[in-house]
Amino acid sequence: MTHNIGRRELILGLAASGALAACGGSETSVLAAQTTDGTTPTSAPASSSALSVPEKASLTLGFIKLTDMAPLAIAKENGYFLDEGLNVTIEAQANWKVLLDGVIDGQLDGAHMLAGQPLAASIGYGTAAELIAPLSLDLNGNGITVSNEVWDIVRPNLPLNADGVPEHPISASVLRPVIDQFASQGKQFNMGMVFPVSTHNYELRYWLAAGGIEPGYYTPGDAVGEVAAEVPLSVTPPPQMPSTMEAGTIDGYCVGEPWNQAAVAKGIGVPIATDQHVKATNPEKVFGLRKDFAEQNPNTTKALLRALIRAQAWLDENNNANREAAVEILSKPNYVGADYDVIAASMTGVFTFEHGDTRPAPDFNIFFRDFAGYPFYSDAIWYLTQMRRWGQIADDKTDQWYFDAANDVYRPDLYMSAASSLVDDGMIGAADVPDTDGFRDPEDDFIDSIVFNGREPNAYLESLPIGLKAGQIVTPTGVEG
Amino acid sequence: MPTDLTESIIEENAPEDLSIRMAIDEAPKPSAAAGASGTRVKDLLAVIVPPIVGVTGFLLLWAILAPRVNTSLGVLPGPGDVLGAGRDLWNEFTASRAESAAFYEAQDIRNAELAAAGQPLQDFKFSGPPTFIDQIWTSLGTVALGFLIGTVVAVPVGLLSGLSTLFKRAINPLVQVFKPVSPLAWLPIVTMVISAVLTSPDPILPKSFIISALVVTLNSLWPTLINTSIGASSVDKDLINVADVLRLGWWTRLRKIILPSSMPYIFTGMRLSLGVGWMVLIAAEMLAQNPGLGKFVWDEFQNGSSRSLSRIMFAVVVIGIIGFLLDRLMGLLESFVSRNRT
Repeated sequence: MTHNIGRRELILGLAASGALAACGGSETSVLAAQTTDGTTPTSAPASSSALSVPEKASLTLGFIKLTDMAPLAIAKENGYFLDEGLNVTIEAQANWKVLLDGVIDGQLDGAHMLAGQPLAASIGYGTAAELIAPLSLDLNGNGITVSNEVWDIVRPNLPLNADGVPEHPISASVLRPVIDQFASQGKQFNMGMVFPVSTHNYELRYWLAAGGIEPGYYTPGDAVGEVAAEVPLSVTPPPQMPSTMEAGTIDGYCVGEPWNQAAVAKGIGVPIATDQHVKATNPEKVFGLRKDFAEQNPNTTKALLRALIRAQAWLDENNNANREAAVEILSKPNYVGADYDVIAASMTGVFTFEHGDTRPAPDFNIFFRDFAGYPFYSDAIWYLTQMRRWGQIADDKTDQWYFDAANDVYRPDLYMSAASSLVDDGMIGAADVPDTDGFRDPEDDFIDSIVFNGREPNAYLESLPIGLKAGQIVTPTGVEG
Repeated sequence: MPTDLTESIIEENAPEDLSIRMAIDEAPKPSAAAGASGTRVKDLLAVIVPPIVGVTGFLLLWAILAPRVNTSLGVLPGPGDVLGAGRDLWNEFTASRAESAAFYEAQDIRNAELAAAGQPLQDFKFSGPPTFIDQIWTSLGTVALGFLIGTVVAVPVGLLSGLSTLFKRAINPLVQVFKPVSPLAWLPIVTMVISAVLTSPDPILPKSFIISALVVTLNSLWPTLINTSIGASSVDKDLINVADVLRLGWWTRLRKIILPSSMPYIFTGMRLSLGVGWMVLIAAEMLAQNPGLGKFVWDEFQNGSSRSLSRIMFAVVVIGIIGFLLDRLMGLLESFVSRNRT
C-alpha cells in the first residue's frame, strides 16, 4: 500500500516537472506580447503592452450547455482571446462530473464551473483536487420548474396580483398539499437538480426549507442526500431535465437556462420561482482552473481573465443592448445549441412563467453589473455554510476554517490584477471594479429574510430553522445530536 | 464451416453470424447457370427491383408516419427534413473551411507585422468547432486504432489457443466472461486507467481518443480471437501429418501450414470485429467526449433545438452507411483471401 502511494507521488512529481519543462518549451516562443494595433479585428490598445507573453497560448476550455457559459463564447467569437494572444478551443462536456475530471486531469485548461465545484474539490468532498476560482461568471440565471400535474394542484390556491397572474415570490409551502396528495396515493414527490455541489441543489434546498419542507440530509461520504427527506432530490444533467420530467421520473427541477424556458416552450411544466426570488443576487457559475496551472502560467491566467471580463462587460453593456447578438451566438449548435427563441426568452431581460405570463426580469442573468465578476469570499462562505447545513460537511467547523477554505479557492487577487489592467487600458470603468476586502455587507435579500453575514458562518447556521446545528451529525436513520 | 467444436463460445457466435452474412452475400449474385438473355434480364430485375421497392416503401412509410409523432422537440422529421439537415451540415462544413482560411490569412498578416516588429511569430491552429465531416474522420481514426490494437492482440492469442488445447482451456473462461460486457461498462474503468497512466501534460493523442479506441478494442477483439482459434485448430489433419513426416520446425509449420489455412477464418473474424467496433464506438464517444460521430449525436441531443432530431437522424444514416461500407471492404478482403487459399 505504502509502496503504491510512493509510486503515485513519484508519477505526479514527474508529471509536474514535465509540465514545467513544457513551459520553457515551444509554447513560450509561440507568441510575443501583442502590442501593435490593427493586427486583430478588435485590437487591444497599445497600453496593454505591459502584458507579458502567455506561457501557454493554445488552450481548451470546457463548458456545459447553459446560457451562463456566454462569457466564454463571447470572448472567443468577439476575438478577445486572440487579442490577448490566446488560441482557445471551447468544448461542450457531457455533464459536470466529466467537466470536473477534465480540468483535474488536464484535458481542459479551465472551465465554466458550478460555484460549489472548486470549493468542494478543495475541501475534499467528492473528487479532491486543488482548484481555484479567480472569476465569477455570472449572478442568478436559474429557475425552479414544476410539472403541469403539480402546477394544476398548486395554482388555484395562489393569490393573484393586479394583472391576474400569481403573485411572486411563491413559497415552497404551496407544495405541502401536493406532497400530501402524492403520499396518499403512495407516491413520492421527487425533484431534480444538476449536481450534489451545484448552486441549484443549494437553491432548491433553500427554497424548500424556507417553505417548511425537509429536502433531506447527506450522510458522511454519500452523495445521495435523501436522509429524512420529504422531497428527495436526484441528479440529472441540465439538458435532460425536461425529458426526465416528461417521463415522470421527477415532478419538478431546479436548473439553469434555457432548460426552464424549454419546459414552457414544450408545454410540459411551469417555472414556479427563479433564483432571484430565493436570493436577490446569487453567485452562479465561476471560471475554475487548477491551482498549479495558474501558478505555472500566471500570464496565461491573466490573459484568460482579461478576455473573459471584457466579454462580461460586453454582455451587460448599454443596458443589455448586446444580448440579442449574444443569443444569436449561443444558439449555434457548438455552444448552447437550443433554439434562438428559447434562449432569448431569458437572456433578453424577460422570463416566461406560463403562456401569457411573461414578466420583465432584467436581473435574471447578470454578467458584469453589480460587480458580478468579482469572486467575493462571502459568496464562497455562503456555499460552504450550505454544504454544512445539509451534511456534505460532516462535522462542525470553526469560523476560521470557513475563512481559510474560501481564501484557498476564491482568488480576488487574480481578478483584481486582470480587472485593474483593463481599467488602465480604458476598457472598463474604474467604478466597475469594487473596492472591498472580499466580504459583502450582511445580506438580507433571501426569500425568508434571514440575514447572512459572511463573517459569522456558524452564527448564520444556528439562525436557520431547518438544517444541521452545532454538534449534529447525520446517520442513515436520521439526524443525531 | 466447423460444426463439431466442443467449445461453446466458438459455436454460439461465429458460425451463425457467418451463415447469415454468407446468405446475404450469395443472394445478389446472378446464377451462373443462367444462359438465355431473357433469363438474365429477369435475374437482373430480380436483383435490382426488390431493394428499390424495399427502400421506397420504407421512405414512404417514414414520410407518412413521422408527422404523426409529436415529440417535445416538435414532430418527428421526415426524409425531406433529414436530407435538409444533411445539406445544412455540408454548408456548415464549407463555411468552417472558409472561416479557417480567413483565420490563417489573418494570422499571416499578423505574423508579417510581428516579424516586422521583431517579435516571435504566432503559429496557432484554427480552433473552430469540429464540423460533421471532421467528426466522421475522427470516428474512423478511432475505430481504426481500436481495431488495429484488437487485431494485434487477438490473432496471436487466437493462434495459440487454436494450437494448444491447454492454452485454450486457460483463456476460455476469460473470453466467456469478458465478451458480453457492454462498452458502457468498460468505459469508466478504461477512463480511470488511462488517466492514471497517461500523465503527460501534452500527450501526442488526446486522452479521449485513446479511451474510445481502447473501448473499441475491448469489445471488438473477441470475434477475431475466436475465429482465429477455430481456424488454427481445424487445419486439415493430412497437412499436419505431412508436416510431421517432413519434420517441419514450429515456425515453418506456423508459416507454411497453420497461417495459410486459417487466413480465411481470421479475416472473417476481423470483419465481424470491425462491425462490432463501429457499433460500439458511437456509445464510447458519447461518454468519453471523443469528438467523433457519437459526441455529435450526444451534443445534438443535449441541444434539444427544433433542428436537433433531423441532424441526429442524418447522423444515424451516415453511421449506417459507413458501417455498411466498412463491412463491404472487409468482405472484399475476406473473399480475396479465401480465393487465394490454395
